[in-house]
Amino acid sequence: MELIYDGSMDSRLFKDILGKTIRELSEQDNDFIYLDADLMSCIGTSAWACENPERGVNCGISESNMIGVACGLAATGFKPVVHTFGPFASRRVFDQVFLSAGYAKNDITVIGTDPGVTASFNGGTHMPFEDVALYRTIPTATIIDITDVPMLISVLKQCKDLPGVKYIRVGRKSAAKVFADGTETPIGPAITLREGKDVAIFASGIMVHEAMQAANKLAESGIEAAVVNFFTIKPLDTEAVKKFAKQCGNIVVAENHNRIGGLYSAVCETLARENTAKIDVVAVNDEYGEVGPQDYLQKRFGLTAEHIVETVQSLLK
Amino acid sequence: MDATLKKRLERFALEIRIGVLEQMKARGFGHVGGSLSITDALAVLYGSQMRVDPKRPDWAERDKLVCSKGHAGPAVYAALALQGFFPYEELKTLNQPGTNLPSHCDRNKTPGVDMTTGSLGQGASLACGMAFGEKLRGRDARVFLVVGDGEANEGQVWEALMFAAAKKLGNLVLLLDVNGKQLDGCTKDILDTLDLSAKVAAFGFDTVSIDGNDIEQVYNALERTRNGGDKPYAIVLNTIKGKGIAAVENAKSNHSMAVSSDQWNEWLLSLTAQLD
Repeated sequence: MELIYDGSMDSRLFKDILGKTIRELSEQDNDFIYLDADLMSCIGTSAWACENPERGVNCGISESNMIGVACGLAATGFKPVVHTFGPFASRRVFDQVFLSAGYAKNDITVIGTDPGVTASFNGGTHMPFEDVALYRTIPTATIIDITDVPMLISVLKQCKDLPGVKYIRVGRKSAAKVFADGTETPIGPAITLREGKDVAIFASGIMVHEAMQAANKLAESGIEAAVVNFFTIKPLDTEAVKKFAKQCGNIVVAENHNRIGGLYSAVCETLARENTAKIDVVAVNDEYGEVGPQDYLQKRFGLTAEHIVETVQSLLK
Repeated sequence: MDATLKKRLERFALEIRIGVLEQMKARGFGHVGGSLSITDALAVLYGSQMRVDPKRPDWAERDKLVCSKGHAGPAVYAALALQGFFPYEELKTLNQPGTNLPSHCDRNKTPGVDMTTGSLGQGASLACGMAFGEKLRGRDARVFLVVGDGEANEGQVWEALMFAAAKKLGNLVLLLDVNGKQLDGCTKDILDTLDLSAKVAAFGFDTVSIDGNDIEQVYNALERTRNGGDKPYAIVLNTIKGKGIAAVENAKSNHSMAVSSDQWNEWLLSLTAQLD
């Protein structure tokens, strides 16, 4: 696994890669089928779907029905992937995903774009800080918070053939480059991006970049921070959690999500009986979202490298 | 309709009713009203319409039934047991610990149950996905979707109907069980659905409205759906909730009933007497 992190942003946009990968998977696998709820234009699949209405199905603005249709297609042997914005891919269709997909064992992949503050100018109504919490309560669901372009491609390919309910949260804009092109990121194991003995920063999604920046700054003051990418939030790599708890004794979890129910909760649940580490969190403090540019929102909700640095320093005091 | 066939299907319906009561007698309670209202349609479906093979419940080319009003599971189970999908004796395990026959239909538990339902409205979308899938696969299987009139309160039903018409699912047959009642009382008092037949037709379905407890009318309505085409079909079944047992038909609240063993026996006797 080749790491290329240097803090620079990828010139490619997630939305373009998402659309392109969906089209490619469709060409490679006749059972693959993609459904959307009137947001095809947001990920560049609209023109292609118009030409291939049997491979890219626009269900209109009816997310609940879209989940049910996808599950019915799964029951007839298809491998459906559905897309809509994160809040609609989680809150709005929770019962449909829970029962029609999960309980009924109709295997589908759900992509929720614009997680947390990446919803920026769509504002509070479109800003899911609770999607991970909801999906975590679906038995055996797989939850992925995407870090960069190579990971998105790798995860999409894996989810197509993975049983159960799979939820992928990913932005539509660009992200910092972490993995070299062509890197496969197997779903499950956490990925150690940086070793350190004083504190371990567990991060997912956009917070991986912030965690790496924070680790650089902490190093200047002599604090050696490990950075671990927990892009698979469920099933959680509990062995990695326990290992870093023992190794560092201090953990800070950084997530673009409410502190209730997400990665922080999962880590705390894992370590509740271990008593091996002090744990703190950089996440949204039980608030609703609001409108604004992403950099403003990251400051507003406390989701920056500076917040991670402060939290680490406070924890180590 | 051939007289012999009609007689056979009427007898099958009677046997399903007996099977429904056998299940509820064993457990003491159950969703008797909505199971009995849809019984005649299920008798015609499994007895003359559906391409199914009890020995191969997972046969890909089979016709499929989605009982979206999942609480009518006992009627589906009775039809399946009588067809030989599983032993008739198993009907007595309804809602017993570890059973394969839960209150609401579960495709992972009961041989012959094609889809899991129970959260109302969801089966409509699932059936649309299945019908769409059959179409994409190039198979000629039909998908039968049973929706209750109370269930039609759910918005998801109408999302699904829009999808079915827009995607030209001529292999989908909606059977709308209009028994006029839901858990809390009469549908017209709770959330009046008004003219469901007109509504479904306006949503783009080839629609007929019939007496849903009349075997011949149900048979004729289903026969015409074999033609396929570009429009999904709807058959509005005007039924009686609790049909076949006068005391259940007349009960003010008959969605789910718990009565004594003697009472179930008495009702069973009244049905078995009609077998001869």
